[in-house]
Formats: sequence, C-alpha cells, structure tokens
Amino acid sequence: MSSFGSKQILRFKPGENDFKERVNELSGENVDLCFQCGACSSGCPMTQEMDYLPSKIIRMVQLGMEEALESKTIWTCMTCFNCEVRCPRGIDIANVMEALRQLVLRKKHNEVSLDDLSPEELRELPQIAIISNQRKLTA
Amino acid sequence: MTRYTYYPGCTLKTTAKNFEDSTLASSEVLGIDLVEPERWNCCGTVHALATDDVMHHLAPIRNMIRVEELKADDKVDNKKMVTLCAMCYNTLKRANNVFNSDSDKKKKIHDIMYREELKYSGRVEITHFLEILREEGWDKVKAAVKKPLKGLKIAPYYGCLLLRPRGIGIDDTDNPRILEDLIEALGGEVVDFSHKQKCCGSYHTVQMKEAVADLSHDILKQAENAGANILVTACPLCEYNLGPRQSQIQKQYPSFESIPVVYFTQLMALAFGLGEEATAFEANKPDPMPLLTEVGLMEK
Repeated sequence: MSSFGSKQILRFKPGENDFKERVNELSGENVDLCFQCGACSSGCPMTQEMDYLPSKIIRMVQLGMEEALESKTIWTCMTCFNCEVRCPRGIDIANVMEALRQLVLRKKHNEVSLDDLSPEELRELPQIAIISNQRKLTA
Repeated sequence: MTRYTYYPGCTLKTTAKNFEDSTLASSEVLGIDLVEPERWNCCGTVHALATDDVMHHLAPIRNMIRVEELKADDKVDNKKMVTLCAMCYNTLKRANNVFNSDSDKKKKIHDIMYREELKYSGRVEITHFLEILREEGWDKVKAAVKKPLKGLKIAPYYGCLLLRPRGIGIDDTDNPRILEDLIEALGGEVVDFSHKQKCCGSYHTVQMKEAVADLSHDILKQAENAGANILVTACPLCEYNLGPRQSQIQKQYPSFESIPVVYFTQLMALAFGLGEEATAFEANKPDPMPLLTEVGLMEK
C-alpha cells in the first residue's frame, strides 16, 4: 500500500475533471464507460504485485484522482491485453495504463535503470526483453 | 516454391538463433522460401498505445518499405511479411493498422520518411509463420513428417501477443487451435491446459524476475499437472521466461524440477527428420535431449 492509504478526499467537481480528460485523450478511451464489474482485475496476472487493482485505477481516473499516477499498478501492468479482451464495456484498459505511464514519463521520469543489471544479466537477456522494458518504463 | 519476405527481428539472430535455424530448415522442406531483406531494423518490440505517439510507428513502417522493395525487384511473390517472434508480429501488425486507418498519422509518417525512395502504400500484409503453415495446409505438413512425435505430450503455450488484442491475433482469442493443429499434424499428443494464454511476465523479467518466476512457475506447473512432458512456444521472450528462467523458479520453488520448452519449428525440424543443425536443441535450457532420447526421437 502506498502512503496515501485509505483516507482519501475527493475534490472532484463536475466539469472540472481535467485529469480524466487528459487520460481519455491520451489513451483514446472513455473511462466513464466502466461500471466496475472487476473483470479486468480478476483476469490480470499481475495483481499480486499491484497496490491498486486495475479496476480501481479506472475508478480513480473517473473521479479525477491524480493519485493514480503515484500507484505501483501503472508500472506493474505489462500490457498483456488480458483485461482488454475481457472488458464488457470495450475499454482498452492497457491503453489507459499506458496513458498514465506516459503522463509520468513525459516529465523525464525513469522508473527503471539498466545500470542496476550486471554485465552477465545484460548479455543473457533477450534483446526484446530489454528494449520493451526500456520502452515502457523509461522516458 | 513461394517466396515470402522474412522479417527476423533482433532476437532471432542471438538468443533465439535456434528458432531461426529450425524455421529456415523446415520451411525449405515445405517449399516455403523465406527471403530476408538486405537491411531491416528493430520493430520497437512493443506497440505504442498513446494516441499522440507517431514516432514509435516509424520503425515498424520502415520495415514494410523493405517488403515493397523486394516485391518491386521481383525477389518475392507477394507482399506478405513473415514474422516468427510474437512481439515483432504484434508490433508490426498494429503499426500497419494505425498507418492504414489514421490518415493524419499516415501523412506524418510519409513526411518524416521523405528520404526513402519508395513511398509506403500500406499494402503489406503482416503474417506469422504459423499462419503461412495453416494457409499451406496441415495435410502438407503431415505429408512431410518422417518421424512422428510419438511419446511427446505437448502443451501448446500461446502467451499474449499471438492472440491479443482481438482482431490482431493469429487465431481465436479465447479458443485457439493453430498450435494444436500443428502438433497433431506432426504426430504429437496435444495436452490442453488452463494457462496457455496466460502472460509469462514479459519484460518484467529484467527488473522483477521473482514475480516473473511466480507466473512462469504457475504456467509450467499447470502444464505438468495436465500431463505434459514438454511445452511448445512461438515467442523468444516466453521461451526465455519459461525456459532459462527455470533456474530462478527452482530457487523460489525447491520442489519444482524442470520441463523442456522448445519452439514449434524445432518440433517441425525434428518430425521432418532433419539433422542437429536444424533442430538446434543444444541452445535450449533446460536440455530437451533426455526426454527426446527417452521417447526414442533422438539417439544419444
């Protein structure tokens, strides 16, 4: 659990939800279609590594909670598209996760660094692993 | 002989050389001529999902120009681009769809690539080698088999990017058949299992190898419980996470032993009776040879 925990104050006013609009624009999705059925979360293979379930992240975006950008979840998503084929409302949740990552990465944030790896690990890993890792998690 | 443009992608030249070697040898048996362009570049490995991202579509689209060049020089018979790596397949196909459906991005891509002699038409068809096999017909594959894969109980592992998203995948997203059909044509026994479409952990293998080992262990265990003695895959990253990463799995799950993981083309080369250079099993970890000798498909 991250530090903001369970006590959250919503400052959402209708018509002033810039954050949601930005996420919708960047992802090409309409998060308001989500009715919180949880199919995405139940099919996600990485939930044990996440602080918020994918469906919760969608809810946070609906409510304009920029705290979603501080979640571990957006970096744990590996765009396997399991949620996307399950969503009964046709939301491409992986696109929403990408938009959230991009909003952080575009402020010159690097979530990971190859400097943490030993030369042996770098030699052994397939290139596609390293390139996709860097593409998704660094600015 | 039908001549197709073959796009290897970076990993097929290094850690997945056994995937390439076995493909080229077995495609020759079937009269499929895979022509590699003189130059090609990395596809980027993942599709850029942000709506305003044009830059990351350039690398995949540039490769499609290479296909049209080969066609113009009459070195291939069609505008199909054959891929092996599931990540390349997915990235190239999705970039091509973006190019053909978004006229604004198409114009931008053309503008940026003004120095290319050929202007990309959008008409290259991205295919996976498995799709070419299906087109050629399973009977044709069956007719080439000299050593049916008796004794192998094969779990087909698809992973993510061969099947998802819907409309991009090479087969039905929920109920794929293509690897099963191939295994049956090669005379092997198909072992259906619950985790064949579950993600192996993908690129998190770089920084979160413990979490990836959890996922991979789940997949391997499910295949074993279903009765499999070998897994077959079509992606170099899946192969890495399920194969060489078994040493990490053994650290986390001491009761886990090992199960071989091979590329589908290696099984083709084996069933077609090709030599060791074509099957290229020596690069696989864990070593599939003990199993293959035990069931009598390889000699010691």
